[in-house]
Amino acid sequence: MTLTNNPPAAKPTLTQRGSSALGDRVFSWWTLGTGLLVLAILGLILITTVREAWPAFDAMGLRFITERVWDPNPATGDAIFGALSFAYGTAVSSLIALLFAVPVSVGIALFLTELAPRRLRGPAVTVIDLLAAVPSVVFGLWGILVVAPALVPIYQWMHDVFGGIPLLGRLFGPVGSGRNFMTAGLILAIMVTPIITSITREVFSTVPRADKDAALALGATRWEMIRGAVFPHSFGGVVGAVMLGLGRAMGETIAVALVIGGATNITANLFAPGNSMAAVIVQQFGESTGTFTAALIGLGVVLFAMTVLINVLAQVVVRRAEARMKGSVA
Amino acid sequence: MASNDTNLTTRPSVAVHAPGTTVSGADSANASVMQLRDVSVYYGSYEAVRGTTMPIQQNQVTAMIGPSGCGKSTVLRALNRMNDPIPGARVSGDVLFHGQDLYAKDVDPIQVRRRIGMVFQKPNPFPKSIYDNVAYGLRINGIKGRLDDHVEEALTKAALWDEVKDKLRKSALALSGGQQQRLCIARTIAVKPEVILMDEPCSALDPIATAKIEDLIFELTNDYTIVIVTHNMQQAARVSHYTAFFTAEVDEAQERHGRLVEFSQTGKLFTNPADKRTEDYITGRFG
Ligand SMILES: Nc1ncnc2c1ncn2[C@@H]1O[C@H](COP(=O)(O)OP(=O)(O)OP(=O)(O)O)[C@@H](O)[C@H]1O
Ligand SMILES: [Mg+2]
Repeated sequence: MTLTNNPPAAKPTLTQRGSSALGDRVFSWWTLGTGLLVLAILGLILITTVREAWPAFDAMGLRFITERVWDPNPATGDAIFGALSFAYGTAVSSLIALLFAVPVSVGIALFLTELAPRRLRGPAVTVIDLLAAVPSVVFGLWGILVVAPALVPIYQWMHDVFGGIPLLGRLFGPVGSGRNFMTAGLILAIMVTPIITSITREVFSTVPRADKDAALALGATRWEMIRGAVFPHSFGGVVGAVMLGLGRAMGETIAVALVIGGATNITANLFAPGNSMAAVIVQQFGESTGTFTAALIGLGVVLFAMTVLINVLAQVVVRRAEARMKGSVA
Repeated sequence: MASNDTNLTTRPSVAVHAPGTTVSGADSANASVMQLRDVSVYYGSYEAVRGTTMPIQQNQVTAMIGPSGCGKSTVLRALNRMNDPIPGARVSGDVLFHGQDLYAKDVDPIQVRRRIGMVFQKPNPFPKSIYDNVAYGLRINGIKGRLDDHVEEALTKAALWDEVKDKLRKSALALSGGQQQRLCIARTIAVKPEVILMDEPCSALDPIATAKIEDLIFELTNDYTIVIVTHNMQQAARVSHYTAFFTAEVDEAQERHGRLVEFSQTGKLFTNPADKRTEDYITGRFG
């Protein structure tokens, strides 16, 4: 081999792809693949559960979601499977949970990112994360043994004070055992607070220092700075955190099963016992056969559909609100 | 009018002048509105700037120049207590505003920042509409109801109105860098501070946008007192009446501290500097 015979190193042309393009291709296939995998799993779950639930859907038709009666073993006639009461219980207990958990979580997250002295932040975060580590059955047992009995006098007092108010009073009806929508909602609130807190905290901590400085330099108080610079920046993320919490609350099974009271019931009275879809499934699955089993799986399908629907709605809301708040980009 | 009211300890219900009125300043030119007396700024135990004494003259532009890291931003932020949120940051000496020490115990930093506004190096509009960016400051200053006139006035003064008047509801983030910076200036002048601090306001901008902002700074001296940090000596020479030259000194313990080397009228500082270090810096012979 002689030096003179060395061919000149080929200069890459502009249309030729460099070696780094391979990495890009692998990366894009990988992300596309994992994305499709998630979709496929979701689809698979939906298809198989719908198939398993089909006998119940077939027997009930649309009544499966509009019927409030749930009677698997009637004395006479066919079994009736209506999901409405349980969907109501799921919705009410989850809403109560958010009503309490969201302000508390956002408050804690703001405190931790904006107010708390630095050395307090680490320990506080640990304590909150520990709350997330408590198994839900423990929350359920605590609810049934401690919280529910302790709340009865308070519920009674609220019934006495607010029960007489027209319309609003109907929320505070007669009190039973203390195992009811309200107690379930409160236990759920405690259970979803850590997840909402930790995500909102992350979101708040991504607000650029420059934005906060801009607000402060205009003479904003800390609260005005939070409203003007922190919230607009984090609205979408906070809604995402709330949706995760809501998903957890709606899907929570054992804790709710223990404290919601176990009644097929649609009532405005928050102090009345009820039931949720997830709780019914876990309570009744063991003793079910045939169409009854199918109906319980059907509850799962309805729950799944509700969660997806709410998430889609939330995204629409976020997009609208952000367009209004941040101004349109185009 | 707020300019004569030196009470920084309480929040006035309305801290902004009515539209159309201006802060008179021509008669009081060359009176110092602020005065630094032996001001040192610390980050924790590190003394970033040591012993600065200089005046800020009313309705004049004061420039701060000097090599990177000599403490210009640090001093500037000390002038409206923007260092307060930085953990460990501390100021010693007196920063006087109309004779009142800004770091006195009963002074409310929020009042200070309403009277002494700030424009930052990187344009930092809020992720809101153009309109809301300007309106935000007005709202937190207690101006209620229709803000359209105030918003228009501020945007006009910031030489931005014609470019944005048809898209006030669009996102401020969709503006160019130079427009964003003028929006930030509009936002600051909307709340009618007496002093505007600017930290390298043109460093992210092209020459045309820079020229616009320099013209604007000149216009603003009718109503405002301006302190500007710049790395661009031509800019300091063009826009400022007074110039402060800072540098970093290494002390016995091998620690670097920012020091004010020379303060004088801009013309004198650039043509006939009193200090050898100033001369080296402005002639480009700096280390
Ligand atoms: N938040 C902070 N915490 C600790 N030290 C800081 C902080 N900000 C600045 N410093 C230090 O203070 C000194 C002065 O910094 P400053 O930002 O005021 O310089 P500058 O003159 O504005 O520089 P430049 O021209 O590069 O902007 C530097 O040594 C810097 O490291
Ligand atoms: Mg700086």
